Amino acid sequence: MADVALRKVVKRYDDVEAVRGIDLDIADHEFIVLVGPSGCGKSTTLRMIAGLEDITDGDIMIGGDVVNDVPPKDRDIAMVFQNYALYPHMTVAENMSFGLRLKHYPKAEIKARVTEAARLLDITDLIDRKPKQLSGGQRQRVAMGRAIVRNPKVFLFDEPLSNLDAKLRVQMRIEIKKVHQKVRTTTVYVTHDQVEAMTLADRVVVMNKGRIEQIGTPNELYHKPATRFVAGFIGSPAMNFIPCRLEDNGGKLNIRITDRISFALPPSRAARYNTLPRTDKLLLGIRPEHISESHAHLEPGVETFDTVLDVTEPMGMETLVYFGLEGAPVCGRVNPNAGAQDGAPMRLAMDLNNMHLLNEATGIVL
Amino acid sequence: MLTLPLIILIALLVLYPAVYSIHLATLNKSMQKFVGFGNFTFLFKRDTFWMVVKQSCIFAVTAVFFKALIGFIVAHFVHNIPGKKQRKWRGMLLVPWVIPPAMSTLAWLWLFDPSYSAFNYTLSFFGIGPVNWLGDTAWARFSVILVNVWYGAPFFLIMYLAALKSVPEQLYEAAAIDGANWWQRIWYVTLPMMRNIIAITTLFSLIVTFANFDIVRILTSGGPLDRTHIFATWAFKVGIEGSDIPLGASVSLFMVPILAIAAIFILRDVNKRGNEA
Amino acid sequence: MSTLAIDKSGPTRKVKLGSMSRDRTWALRWSYFFLVLFAIFFLTPPLYMLITSLKSSAEISAATNPWWVFHPTLSNYVELLTSNQFLRFFWNSSMVAIMVVIVTMLISVPAAFALARMKFWGSATLATGVFLTYLIPDSLLFIPLFKMLATVQEWTGITLLNRWYVLLFIYPTLTVPFCTWIMIGYFASIPKELDEAALIDGASWLQTLTRIFIPVALPGLIAATIFAFTVSWAQFLYPLVFTTSVDQLVLPVGIITSLIKGDVFNWGQIMTGALLGAAPPLIIYAFLMDYYIAGLTAGATKG
Repeated sequence: MADVALRKVVKRYDDVEAVRGIDLDIADHEFIVLVGPSGCGKSTTLRMIAGLEDITDGDIMIGGDVVNDVPPKDRDIAMVFQNYALYPHMTVAENMSFGLRLKHYPKAEIKARVTEAARLLDITDLIDRKPKQLSGGQRQRVAMGRAIVRNPKVFLFDEPLSNLDAKLRVQMRIEIKKVHQKVRTTTVYVTHDQVEAMTLADRVVVMNKGRIEQIGTPNELYHKPATRFVAGFIGSPAMNFIPCRLEDNGGKLNIRITDRISFALPPSRAARYNTLPRTDKLLLGIRPEHISESHAHLEPGVETFDTVLDVTEPMGMETLVYFGLEGAPVCGRVNPNAGAQDGAPMRLAMDLNNMHLLNEATGIVL
Repeated sequence: MLTLPLIILIALLVLYPAVYSIHLATLNKSMQKFVGFGNFTFLFKRDTFWMVVKQSCIFAVTAVFFKALIGFIVAHFVHNIPGKKQRKWRGMLLVPWVIPPAMSTLAWLWLFDPSYSAFNYTLSFFGIGPVNWLGDTAWARFSVILVNVWYGAPFFLIMYLAALKSVPEQLYEAAAIDGANWWQRIWYVTLPMMRNIIAITTLFSLIVTFANFDIVRILTSGGPLDRTHIFATWAFKVGIEGSDIPLGASVSLFMVPILAIAAIFILRDVNKRGNEA
Repeated sequence: MSTLAIDKSGPTRKVKLGSMSRDRTWALRWSYFFLVLFAIFFLTPPLYMLITSLKSSAEISAATNPWWVFHPTLSNYVELLTSNQFLRFFWNSSMVAIMVVIVTMLISVPAAFALARMKFWGSATLATGVFLTYLIPDSLLFIPLFKMLATVQEWTGITLLNRWYVLLFIYPTLTVPFCTWIMIGYFASIPKELDEAALIDGASWLQTLTRIFIPVALPGLIAATIFAFTVSWAQFLYPLVFTTSVDQLVLPVGIITSLIKGDVFNWGQIMTGALLGAAPPLIIYAFLMDYYIAGLTAGATKG
C-alpha cells in the first residue's frame, strides 16, 4: 500500500504530446478514476504509472520513491487490462499465480493466496478452468484475482469493463467497489464512461487533450464543475449550454436569453455574478434535471417559460423533452404524466438555484 | 541480437552464394580466367539454350495454369459437400502434395514404363496405344507437365478451399436474392473475393514450378534429346555432371529475372493483404 | 489457426423444401461424381506403388494385369528392411530431418519473436527479406553452394562434400525463412497486453518467450515443425549434388541411385522403397492434418 504522485509528467510521441505535464497526488487507499474522451491521455498516464511507457519528462513516485526508470516488475503494481490479457494456455489458478511463481514464492503461500483471492471474487469453482471456458464476467474476475494475489502497492485498471455488456458492467462495477472496500489497495482506474467514474471513485480526475481539467469528488464535479468541458462531460444527458447575457433590471440582476425570455436571478446567484461586465457573451449552463414541467407551487428561484417541443423521449420514470433556445438545443426532464408531446407547446420551469454561468470564450465556469 | 543466427544464415548461405554465382558465371570452365560475359554469349549462340528457355516457360505456364484450374474446380466440389465428409475428401485429395516428389515421381516413372506401362495396358482395351510416354518428344513434355500438375494441384485446392471458406455465406445469399445464377455468383462474388489468394498462390507456384528439378530429373533427365530440359535440370547437367560450374551458374542465373518479377508481385500482394487485415 | 476453427464445423446447410433443395441435391451428386474422378487421378500413383510393392519380380515381369496382385508377398519389404544399405538411408534421412527441425526452431523462433515484438532499426526490412529468401529456390543456389563447399574444404581441410551432415547447414536455408515467416504471423496475433501482463508479473523477455509466447503459439510451432521436417525429408537436389558415397545418402537419392542398377529396374523394390520413403510424411500428415494444412495456408493468409 502506498501513495502515488505525478509531478509535471509529460509524454511525447515523436512530435505529438499525448500528456502535457500533469500533477496528481493519490493518497494511500484512495480510489482514483481517470476519465475523459478517447485520446485524452488517460491510458497513457496509467501506462506510465505501470512502467509500460517511458516518461518523456517529469517524475512519477510510488510510496515516495521516484520510479521513472524502475521496470514494471519492480514497481510492485498490478494491472487489469481491457481485454483481460489472461494467459490462454494456463488455468485460472495458474494465471493468478504466474507472477508469484516467477518470484519463487513458497508453494503453500501461493496456494493460500490464490484460494483467498478466489474466495473473495467468488471464482473458487472455476480455479481449474482455462480462460476459454469462462464468460466475460468470469474472465474479468480472474484478471482481478491475478492482481489481488500479488498484493501490490497499487492496482491499475485500464478500461476493465468496456468489453462487457451493459448489465454485467453494472454488476462488475459493484464488485470492483466491494473488492476495494475489502483490500483497500490504492487504485488508479481508467475509463471513458463517466457513470463508472462517478460511481467508483473517491476522487475523479477529468482529463482532456493531455491535460487535467479538474480533480474532485464525484459530487464536486457534478455540482461545481470548473470548466465547460467538465460540466458537459459529467452527467447524462449532458448539461445544456444556452447563450445569454446579464442585464440590470432596476437594482435586480436579470439573465436574458431571447427577446421574450429573461429571468431574474435568485439573490445568491445575483450576488456572485454582479461584478461581471454586462457586455460579455455568456453561457447559461443548466442540467436537464433542472428543467421540468411548470406547476402551481414553484419555489423561489424557479422561473417558467413557454416553448414548443421538438421531440419527446419517454423513458418510463421520466420523459426527456428536446427544444431549442436561441439556436441552442436544450434537453429537459419532465414527469411522464405532464402531457409532453412532439411538436406541442409546453410551459417549462427552470431551477436557477442550480444554474451555472460560463464565459463563452474561455469555457471557464464563473 | 535474437535475429543474429537468422541474419548469419541468410547472409552466408543464401545471399553470398547468390552473389557468388554471378562471380562464378564470369569465369572460364577451369575457373582460373575471367571471361566477363563469355559464358552468356556462348549460351546465346546455342540452340539448346533457347530450347531450354522456351521449354521452361511452356512447362511453367502450362503446368501452373492447369494446377490453378483443377485446384479451383476441385475446391468448389469439395466446398459443396457437407462438413464431416469434406474433411475426409480434403485429406485424400492432398496426398500427392504430401508424398516427397522424388518418391511419387518414381511411381509415375513406373506407370510410364516403356514395356510395362500400366497406362498402356489399360488403354489397350480401348484399342489405343501403346503410347511412348517418355520417349516421344510431345508425349514426354506432356508427361512431365502432367506429373507436375498432379503434384501441385492439391496445393491450389487447399489454398482455394481456405479462401472459399472465408467468403461470407450472406454474400451468396444476397447475390441469389439479386437473381444471380451460379455462374454469375462465381464471377461477381467468388472470384473478386478470392482474387488476392489466387494471385499469391499462382505467383508462388510459378516460382516453384519454374525452378522445378525433381520431377523432370527423375522422369526424363531432360530427354529425349534435351527436349524436356528446364533451367534447373540443364544447369545440373552442365554444371555438376559436365563439371562446367561457371556455365551451370550462368544457366541458373537466367531464372533470376522471372523469379524476381514474380517475387515483386507476391510481395506487393502480401503487403496489401497485411494492410487490409 | 483460423482454418482449424472453421474446418471442424464446415458449412451447415439446412435442408429446405422446394426447387432449391432439389438443385442442391443434384449439385451434391455431381460434386461427388467429379470428386471420385479426381480422387482416382490423385490417388493412382500411390496406390500403384502399393500394388507393385506387394508383387514379386516374377509376377512383374510376367506382365499380368498391372492393377491387380495375384500372389501378394511381403518379400520386398523384408528384403529392404533387412538391408543395411536401405536402413542406412533411412537413418541418414531421419537424422538430417530431425536435426534440421531442431536447428530451424532454434533459429527461427527467437528471430520471429524479435521481429514480431521488438521494433528495432531495420526490423521491417529484415522481415521482408526473410520472406524474399523463402522465394529463392534451391535450383538457383546449388551450383554456387557446391563450389563454396569445395573451396572451404580446400582451405580448411574439413571434409564437407560427400558428408550427410553438411545438409544440416544447407537445409535450414530452405526451412528457416518460411518457419520464421509463419511464426512472425502467429506471434503477431498474440495481443500486446499479454506480454505487458507478463512484464508486470515479473517475467523477463526469455520467460515471456518460453512461458507465454511458445505455449500460446503452439499450433503455429507444430505447423512450422511439420513443414521443416517434410521439406528436409523430401529434399532431393541438394543431397544429389553434395553427397555421392552410398553410406552418406539420404532416402530419396539413395533409392534412385542404388536401387536403379544400370538398366535393371527392380520395380518391386523401388516401389517398396518409395512407399517407405513416403511413409513418415504421410503418417505425420494423417495424424496432424489440421496443423499441416494450417502451415500450408499460413504463408499467404498471415500477411
